[in-house]
Amino acid sequence: MPFQRFMEVGRIVLINYGPEAGKLATVIDVVDQNKCLIDGPQTGRQVISFTRIALTDLTVKIQRNARPKTLAKAWEEAGTLAAWEKSSWAKKLIAKKKRASLNDFDRFKVMVARKQKREIIEKKMKELA
Amino acid sequence: MTVAGKMRQFQVVGRKAPSEEHPNPEAYRMIVFATNPVIAKSKFWYYMHQFHKMKKTTGEILDCVEIFEKNSRIVNNYAIWLRYSSNSGTHNMYREFRDVTLTGAVSQLYDEMAGRHRTRPRSIQIIRTGIVGAGSLKRANPMQYAKNAKFPLVHRVASGKRGQKALSDRTFSTVRPTTFFK
Repeated sequence: MPFQRFMEVGRIVLINYGPEAGKLATVIDVVDQNKCLIDGPQTGRQVISFTRIALTDLTVKIQRNARPKTLAKAWEEAGTLAAWEKSSWAKKLIAKKKRASLNDFDRFKVMVARKQKREIIEKKMKELA
Repeated sequence: MTVAGKMRQFQVVGRKAPSEEHPNPEAYRMIVFATNPVIAKSKFWYYMHQFHKMKKTTGEILDCVEIFEKNSRIVNNYAIWLRYSSNSGTHNMYREFRDVTLTGAVSQLYDEMAGRHRTRPRSIQIIRTGIVGAGSLKRANPMQYAKNAKFPLVHRVASGKRGQKALSDRTFSTVRPTTFFK
């Protein structure tokens, strides 16, 4: 399958390493083959390495070197945050975070709940068979 | 001269030490790139003694201040003219770098000269620097990124995946890292 996500001006990226990890940003300019300039409501304007970001499906329509104000407006118009939160990628990240924050008893409750779910499914499957 | 970390820009002013014959010798100002003020002053004397009959022991430094860049909000195309000596002689060179600061571009220059030509920092002399527009670039690499570039990021190891099993700090792993992203 051809590539669907490109490094380009206006691409929304997820920072996945470093102090800003987990935040969304917009590519404002491409510096060279390894780095790009990013900015957005969640992060400051900074140069970041391609290895520290992951490209998302989302884009916003902006000019190169857009100012923070225009950028915030573009995010608003495109509904970037809502679109991101709706994506399964974001949902998985939230679920992952929640799983990591569980304590021992919570994990036990999850185990019990999964057992119950399994029983219900098995019962239904037997009825259908 | 050592290069450890990022280069900084200094303005050094110096002159020959005043004597009874010349109570007011002419002062000279020079912009140099160095990692700290000590090296900046040393470079000043290195360059000055080639132009005028003065050196550290016969002169004095009047001022040495760091120059900070005002605007590091946008990516510029920096052109750098330099002179360097290799095993086979001295060469002049023109290079272009894209960066948000001039000092960043100069740091890139030192790294690249070391990588491509095995040039030590002590044998590089920066003659002139400048900013060029996208239309007047001469080198192919910055040209690619100076105008709206669009390209996929193919086969890479993302930092965010360092936690994954294949890239963990264990010596051996049973799985390969994922390098393909959409």
